[in-house]
Amino acid sequence: MQSYRIKKINFTDVFMWVVGAALLLLIVVGSFLTLQEEKYTAVQWFDLAVFGLAQGSVYALIALGYTLVYGILRMINFAHSEIFMSGAFIGYFAASSMQKSGFMQENPLLGILITFFVAMTTSTVLAVLLERIAYRPLRGAPRLVPLITAIGASFFLQYVFRGLFGTHNRAYPEIEIIKGTVPISGDFQIQKIQIVVILAAALMMALLVLFVQYTKTGKAMRAVSEDKAVAALMGIDVDKIIVNTFALGAALAGAAGVLYCFMFRIVTFYMGFIPGIKAFTAAVLGGIGNPAGAMLGGLFLGIFESLGPTLFLDGLGIPAPYQLKDVIAFTMLVMVLIFRPTGILGERLSKTKA
Amino acid sequence: MNKRLLALLSLLAIASMALAACGGGGAATEAATEAATEAATEAATEAPAAGFECTDAIGCVDIAPGDPIHIAYALTVSGATASLGEDSKGAIEIAIADRGGELVGHPIELTGEDTLCNAEGGQAAGTKISADATIIGVIGTNCSSEARAAMPLISQAGMVMISPSNTNPDLTDPTHSDHHPGYFRTAHNDLFQGRIAAEFAYNELGLKKVATIHDGSPYAESLQRVFAEVFAELGGEVTAQEAVNVGDTDMKPVLTSIAAGAPELIYFPIFEPEGNLIAAQSKEVAGLENVLLMGADGLFADTFPEATGSAASGMYLSGPYVDVNNEAYKAFLQKWADQIGGVPPSGFHAHAYDATNILLNAIEEVAVVDADGTVHIGRQALRDAIYAVKGFAGLTGTLSCDENGDCATGEALGVFQLSDAEVNGAWPPPVLWQP
Repeated sequence: MQSYRIKKINFTDVFMWVVGAALLLLIVVGSFLTLQEEKYTAVQWFDLAVFGLAQGSVYALIALGYTLVYGILRMINFAHSEIFMSGAFIGYFAASSMQKSGFMQENPLLGILITFFVAMTTSTVLAVLLERIAYRPLRGAPRLVPLITAIGASFFLQYVFRGLFGTHNRAYPEIEIIKGTVPISGDFQIQKIQIVVILAAALMMALLVLFVQYTKTGKAMRAVSEDKAVAALMGIDVDKIIVNTFALGAALAGAAGVLYCFMFRIVTFYMGFIPGIKAFTAAVLGGIGNPAGAMLGGLFLGIFESLGPTLFLDGLGIPAPYQLKDVIAFTMLVMVLIFRPTGILGERLSKTKA
Repeated sequence: MNKRLLALLSLLAIASMALAACGGGGAATEAATEAATEAATEAATEAPAAGFECTDAIGCVDIAPGDPIHIAYALTVSGATASLGEDSKGAIEIAIADRGGELVGHPIELTGEDTLCNAEGGQAAGTKISADATIIGVIGTNCSSEARAAMPLISQAGMVMISPSNTNPDLTDPTHSDHHPGYFRTAHNDLFQGRIAAEFAYNELGLKKVATIHDGSPYAESLQRVFAEVFAELGGEVTAQEAVNVGDTDMKPVLTSIAAGAPELIYFPIFEPEGNLIAAQSKEVAGLENVLLMGADGLFADTFPEATGSAASGMYLSGPYVDVNNEAYKAFLQKWADQIGGVPPSGFHAHAYDATNILLNAIEEVAVVDADGTVHIGRQALRDAIYAVKGFAGLTGTLSCDENGDCATGEALGVFQLSDAEVNGAWPPPVLWQP
């Protein structure tokens, strides 16, 4: 047993630990220097954290779609980012037509709900179609095959939207009710839109957890995720559960699309790509296959992206640190994977598989 | 296991070194340009013309009777910056139509490549254009990043390229590696634009503290650098020189960090959609509610105020300015309305029109016409003819090309201010100040 232990610690492991420790040291030194400079006030740090939380909530919602599908099919649905984009896009048409007709101004709450409904329905329908056309016929194929179809489907959707609606940027309507800020105390304040995003995302994630834990379909989903063959023997319609999973993930992505547009007010056919990549990163960060991990990963990523450049790099005297935002996000991914190869909450997955 | 891993690592290291050695250019494109120059010289030596012998240092293009005079455009005609490309493209078409689509008895053929406003697009366009030995000259590119990647290929193929909207100083800096023979521009060098923007902010607006944001593109990076240098020289303070990435959407963190320096104006000479996002989100960041915004010609497009909404109202833009009361320009706008419809969507149409006319004039000047109508154009002679352009009366003023390829003088620049009218669809904005 003892010799086995020693053999396990090899050169690569040591090297990785050294890299990890060096990065950690850099982060600590950088943060210390930045805080010592006292260039930023507490209000500004608070603002940065709230921006990150709002952005992270959106990442988390999208990441759930990746992680749910992975949990059941062991495949990365790369078209998920386009499901997000399509929801945002069609939601935009609903929102802007309501804005033009004056409906949104008169019944803002109803208008927002309709926008959500339209976006989530679009995303769900598209995802179900995609599953039926592009993934189900390949269910028995080697694992790389559906991965490539997913990439193909992603391009297909992107260019369909480009072809139908053109390449220019569209401005999302400004909805009066969610403009402005809410004071907390003193100089501290939060924008209404960020409150909406954070609360809506939290609500949807809570609903998802309840659904997966306490409904029959949720139970069936967990069963299929554990073992498809045995689940089928127990009388679960595996195909139906898979469709349900896609629909669930897509509805969340559609909602994320609307929230994203509320925040950034811009719609284009390629808007899904970067949030998609980030959300996928968040899913891996949290431990892919684990819904709670996806949420945690999303929030972590959002906050690191927002706080990281200022906190870690400003003090080191690195010019224009925000350009290195993605470097920070992915460095964090590497760090987490060095110390916890299965992601933050990944062990449950590895345990059940073992 | 350990050994295998090491072997794999070393293999990867070797592979990456090999890739690095290939550099941006890559073996394939090199071969392509070689083939292109070969084809060009071959075509030249094959010339069956009675009495004409090509003595040009870098070859000639021969155009048989009935064959077209082939020029190409390399513009960003799709994606977020499409209005920039469409704006230039329309002007090229008008300039060609002005001559009845003909030059020295041959029809003019215009083909084009989409350059996507990035280095990859520029590289792809440069590769395709340089491989076509029938192309005499190129109008393009829109973005400086495209020119950096495309120009080595186009220069090597012996062609000339005139850009209507590249503004990066390096492109016409003879000591810089981005400078290539055969490159010209009718756009103003950033050295002019950055200076007038800084002078406007300091002298006209009376500001003392500014911050800048660029997006890592050569255009934005150099423009904000010139702006910051001149502003500091005038006596102002530059509180931050930040940067974002192309594709970023959440600008609030960077804006919050800028707010710590309490600037009175933020100068962000970048493109859509990042520019829209910065403008819109700046109003939502504590400490920046009343900050003034200023962009440059990259955001000088009718889509920008509309897509940004109320946050764009009051924003300053430095950009190309052509006197709207100028008769020639009025006539040009009329042609645009007749042939293309509407008004030009961005600010470089006049530059593209002038660029096309300079190119067509130069081709006309150096063309040797045989008795049977075959036309020979010496590539070096064409370059020399454009370098020698002096006092060309164009829409953007009087243009004289210097030995580095700069044809613009910087006189056709102005500072504009957007208002609610532009947010609601009016275009172009009125000029506020001219140096």
